[in-house]
Amino acid sequence: MERKDPKNTRVVVGMSGGVDSSVAALLLKQQGYDVIGIFMKNWDDTDDTGFCTATEDYEDVIRVCNQIGIPYYAVNFEKQYWDKVFTYFLEEYKAGRTPNPDVMCNKEIKFKAFLEHAVNLGADYLATGHYAQVEYRDGEYKMLRGLDENKDQTYFLNQLSQDQLSKVMFPIGNLEKPRVREIAKEANLATATKKDSTGICFIGERNFKEFLGQYLPAQPGNMETFDGEVKGKHEGLMYHTIGQRHGLGIGGSGEPWFAIGKDLERNILYVGQGFHNEKLYSDSITAVGVSWVSNREKPAEFKCTAKFRYRQDDNNVTVRLLEDGQVEVIFDEPIRAITPGQAVVFYNGDECLGGGTIDKVFKNGERLTYVG
Amino acid sequence: MERIYLDHAATSPMHPKVIEKMLEVMQSTFGNPSSIHSFGREARHLIDQARSVLAGSIGAKENEIIFTSGGTEADNMALFGVAETYQHHGKHIITSEVEHHAVLHACEKLEKMGFEVTYLPVDEKGQISLAELRAALREDTILVSIMYGNNEVGTLQPISEIGQLLKDHQAKFHTDAVQAYGVEKIDVNQSFIDLLSVSAHKINGPKGTGFLYARSNVKLSPRSFGGEQERKRRAGTENIAAIVGFHEAVLVSNENREAKREQFIELKRSLIGKLQELDVEFDINGLLENSLPHVLNLSFPGTSVEAMLVNLDLAGIAVSSGSACTAGSIEPSHVLVAMFGKQSERLINSIRFSFGYNTTIEDVVKAAEETSRIVSRLKK
Repeated sequence: MERKDPKNTRVVVGMSGGVDSSVAALLLKQQGYDVIGIFMKNWDDTDDTGFCTATEDYEDVIRVCNQIGIPYYAVNFEKQYWDKVFTYFLEEYKAGRTPNPDVMCNKEIKFKAFLEHAVNLGADYLATGHYAQVEYRDGEYKMLRGLDENKDQTYFLNQLSQDQLSKVMFPIGNLEKPRVREIAKEANLATATKKDSTGICFIGERNFKEFLGQYLPAQPGNMETFDGEVKGKHEGLMYHTIGQRHGLGIGGSGEPWFAIGKDLERNILYVGQGFHNEKLYSDSITAVGVSWVSNREKPAEFKCTAKFRYRQDDNNVTVRLLEDGQVEVIFDEPIRAITPGQAVVFYNGDECLGGGTIDKVFKNGERLTYVG
Repeated sequence: MERIYLDHAATSPMHPKVIEKMLEVMQSTFGNPSSIHSFGREARHLIDQARSVLAGSIGAKENEIIFTSGGTEADNMALFGVAETYQHHGKHIITSEVEHHAVLHACEKLEKMGFEVTYLPVDEKGQISLAELRAALREDTILVSIMYGNNEVGTLQPISEIGQLLKDHQAKFHTDAVQAYGVEKIDVNQSFIDLLSVSAHKINGPKGTGFLYARSNVKLSPRSFGGEQERKRRAGTENIAAIVGFHEAVLVSNENREAKREQFIELKRSLIGKLQELDVEFDINGLLENSLPHVLNLSFPGTSVEAMLVNLDLAGIAVSSGSACTAGSIEPSHVLVAMFGKQSERLINSIRFSFGYNTTIEDVVKAAEETSRIVSRLKK
């Protein structure tokens, strides 16, 4: 696509107060764009002493924008975030699944409400500090993995459409993370050595259990083997993710114990021994809410690779299109610990094709009801 | 890009005459006004002259003026000072829902300290009712704090009537005149005002200085301790250059007050007229008459304040929503909530334009044109 001269191109950069978005803004400014920094406030965690993570992060945005020499503003999406992301997040946990709020945040907030806000400010593009790349090739927008394989964030961006990609820039997608830090240090940016944020944005560094417990009543119950042997108590099914070892506290001899499944009705957490416990493995799934980056018609069945969680290695799969935005995904080899609620994201080489939400999990044509 | 500043109610540029006087003083007079030597006396003389002019500007006596760091400190000093001194006469305070936060947050703190505060509601125009004030008054009321003119919507309160009502009551009458001072003719005796807060930077003076007028029979417990400045009511070496700047700002402001009022009224008319001519849909929050002439708060249905402010800024027009926002938390303006209720659309689509001595008709016409352009884009 033909792009306007940078100086006549207004780019709103979503700035989080972290090093990635800081460098994204800096690079765009250096390329001569009309850059505006905007901080999005989605969550309020103000404590009794008046401390709020968002306030601290916004302070960093202000410092960086003043260093770069661009105007900065803040915009509040607390209500939209609560309605579209957090409510979904809680509903999924209630239903015994493990949601991915970052995918939802990108879909509903960053590249929808925020993108609209940017357009309302006369912006031609919205830029973010994501590790992903957009390319216009063969008459359509492609979303490519970030150059830094370790940091690639296309997993979280899998729901983006042609329309969204046509208005999006990822200025650091073609850089390795260490280079991003280097650029920040060379420019002496206030966020150059700031620690990367970890975990789910609204929970941050806090205790996940404590946080979730504030919103959902935890119902303690039994941990059992599939043979019905009680191995102890769990504090609440929502605190456990399929395939995880920690927090079970089952001692004794032999191999370590893992969470393998849940029975919501009986409030039972199924546990089993061994990382490679065969009950943890499945060979196909169905996914819902599937969105494809390309608008072009897909063959009814095709081969590609897929990730079932962030940073997982690619798996060879066959995708079969079903009705209503659903697909069946058949794995070449069985895969461990597939978790309903998480995203399944499809790739062809470096190209992210799209993705959906893992719904049902199967082995040998039989549904594994115990995983959700 | 040529920028237009229409946010004089937030703060105003220093008048060139003010800057000139301050530079002069900074270069020539550095003494400590409390020192007994000639350097000290020079400084002391400047402060006395300023105090005399400030007192005269509201019909007060010189010993009734206490220099402060600005309006907020003056408000705090009035409220906490009166509360502490007079708590044995009662612990009830009356204020309004549309006060500046310097008064409201101080009242909240006083409530935590054991005082009882009545917050008077306002009507859709932003005015309190005298009948409601009369009904709220009690034997143990020690302080009534009602602002002179509202900083967000401009509405003037019936100050003289309130003063009249309170003159035979033990309650002291404080008014925050930060936004009204310099555009309204204020006389503390005619209006029976006991305490009054003023800030220099709203009237083209320097930031960081202001004063509290406290009638000579009002005893104020001090808020800071140290030296004997301001008759021991406010310890700390005076900011001489700022006080001299304040002095000059008051002189300039007094000299031109009537002309300035007319200029502001004309600016209001032009801005409104241009918006009407451009067919922009808007409502006025507050009153056109009986309002501060330099403050105009408009609601633009179908828009959002966040997008409006940023768009106007990017177009070089500096305006504001009533309340400041930090880190993206736009608290709906408590003033608009008090006037229109929590559900009103006006809370999220209102903007304040405020004028100053150097604002021109061309400025407001340009602002109206940009506003029109932005409103129609946002409504699409």
